[in-house]
Amino acid sequence: MDGNEMRDILASYLAKDVMKQPNRVIQPDEALLTSGLIDSFHLVDLALFVEDNFGVHIDDSELNASTFDNLSGLIALIQSRQ
Amino acid sequence: MPTFSDLLKAHYETKPNKVCVTILQGGQPDRPVTYRELVHGAAGYITTFTKNGIQPGDVILLILQHGIDMLYAYFGAILHGAIPSIMPFLTEKLLPERYRADLAALVSVTQPTSIITYRDFETEVRAALKPGQDSVKAVIVSDQVDGPCLPDFPSFGGLQRKPEDIVLLQHSSGTTGLQKGVALSHQAVINQLNDYGKAIRLNDSDVFVSWLPLYHDMGLIACWLMPILLGYPLVIMSPFEWIRAPYRLLQAVSRYKGTLSWLPNFTYIFCAQKIRQRDLEGVDLSSWRSISNCSEPMRWEAHQTFYERFRELGLRYEALTTCYAMAENVFAVTQGGIDAPVIFEDIDQESLQVDRVARPRKGYRPAIRMLGAGKSIPNTSVSILNTEGDPLPDRHVGEVALKSNCMLVGYYHRPDATEKAFINGWYLTGDYGYLVDGELYITGRKKDLIIVGGKNIYPQDLELLAYEVPGVHAGRASAFGIFNETTGTEDVVIVAEVESSDPAQQQKISDGIRATVTRGSAVALRYVHLVGKHWLVKTSSGKTARSANREKFLKEMQEKGQEF
Repeated sequence: MDGNEMRDILASYLAKDVMKQPNRVIQPDEALLTSGLIDSFHLVDLALFVEDNFGVHIDDSELNASTFDNLSGLIALIQSRQ
Repeated sequence: MPTFSDLLKAHYETKPNKVCVTILQGGQPDRPVTYRELVHGAAGYITTFTKNGIQPGDVILLILQHGIDMLYAYFGAILHGAIPSIMPFLTEKLLPERYRADLAALVSVTQPTSIITYRDFETEVRAALKPGQDSVKAVIVSDQVDGPCLPDFPSFGGLQRKPEDIVLLQHSSGTTGLQKGVALSHQAVINQLNDYGKAIRLNDSDVFVSWLPLYHDMGLIACWLMPILLGYPLVIMSPFEWIRAPYRLLQAVSRYKGTLSWLPNFTYIFCAQKIRQRDLEGVDLSSWRSISNCSEPMRWEAHQTFYERFRELGLRYEALTTCYAMAENVFAVTQGGIDAPVIFEDIDQESLQVDRVARPRKGYRPAIRMLGAGKSIPNTSVSILNTEGDPLPDRHVGEVALKSNCMLVGYYHRPDATEKAFINGWYLTGDYGYLVDGELYITGRKKDLIIVGGKNIYPQDLELLAYEVPGVHAGRASAFGIFNETTGTEDVVIVAEVESSDPAQQQKISDGIRATVTRGSAVALRYVHLVGKHWLVKTSSGKTARSANREKFLKEMQEKGQEF
């Protein structure tokens, strides 16, 4: 799976299931954690989604903005572990 | 009547080697702390307080995470005779300038003479202060505090305090909450702990396990002061770590044979849905004897979901209990499910909503399943009052009012707010409910308060944030909470009147409101609903009528087929 495909899957998941705004476009460099788009209640969901869809484990200690804060950062993290 | 310091001194002298707190920190070994270490660490803080001219009776703000510093600093303040108050830590999403404004507001009302924080956070704290103009004499950085030392009890100000003196302040979040600090006396807290301890049948095999924040009454009273002051072991983890790794709560219960926990309703569903099986290997929950659902509306469905998921790990159904609590009563008002399983009843929906009488369901009429919050604890009387302040008979819905020997001293430096809270000696909770043979059921809220994940949020703070967005005018937005069955807590909604009907402009305003409210408050805004002029319902005095706007919003959404 290439980065673009991964980005579409993640962006659609975040817009639909986390933000509850299915039509919301999420830019690759748009802040996710520091902006509050993903709040702490949804961090575990995101980690589970990434593991189920991309086979990559994100440790709970990594669920913060210093590990990733946007889609590009998240995709880079996933690809580095695949 | 002993004070906090008397109790700590007694534990130090009679069982210095007993582990009172075990601190769980992700990635590091668990840290057990004995009463000896606790008092020695606190004594180090007292040396620092004295050097900085901090007097008994002064307010000390603590801006620290769960950990050894918090433990030593908190009880150092107590033994010094000062008044500790815990301020929530800055989160990733909160704008630093908003945090500074909140801190400045808290400083202006509570007039602390010192603030304790970490080195990394010192600059942030100092940015909120006005040296020479505000009350703060010292910002104390935790790594500069004097090390643990032997206690010189006769010199400790804490041992000179009287039972009726204020011992601590407790705040909820946001500008409004921070300016309404609940001031509690030694005797109020100790009366609560003794009587609540009886209600939950505290015994020598009890072990408390908690992930709760300490700036909240549930975490501070039930899962910090009660075990430490009464001498029961406590196992704690930080809410910051728990929300990212909820399985750690269950692992901790298993490892330490935990018996008692307090959880807000959403936690039951959160744990049931978000914990991987692999993180539960070998976990045994059979020691858990009371898990009190507390601090936000409690639902039967949440208990069922939790039980079904974890029964195979030995969780007992009888362990699912309920508690109705209020910071102004120190903590617990009622407790259910200790001697017998929690009571529930199916109530005729129309009768409850229209007649405001809770009549048991007949036949197949639509019903609401109500979970009992239990009976009042020994020292607290509960009454249901009508709008005139007269008591109502059983099953009639009215405002829940309290009388007890563990009431707040007052809202700190806010006699105006304190006076408004009482009628004929009864404290008005702002919650609606009914009684049946002493069992209390909570049906709703009179006060305009949003509770998300157990956290109290004042809607006026969120509306003020919305007014900062260009295109939204003052007085033209309404914030409220809507219960979300899927998550077990409330979602925050803002309805705002806008003049523009251009979709691009509306999207911009909507994004602006969402971002400003989310980054300016302790919650994430879930729904923004933009409407035309004159949509909002106002009260006769021109204020936004939040409950009426909430009803109107729900009706519109229902007509559109959108579910919550």
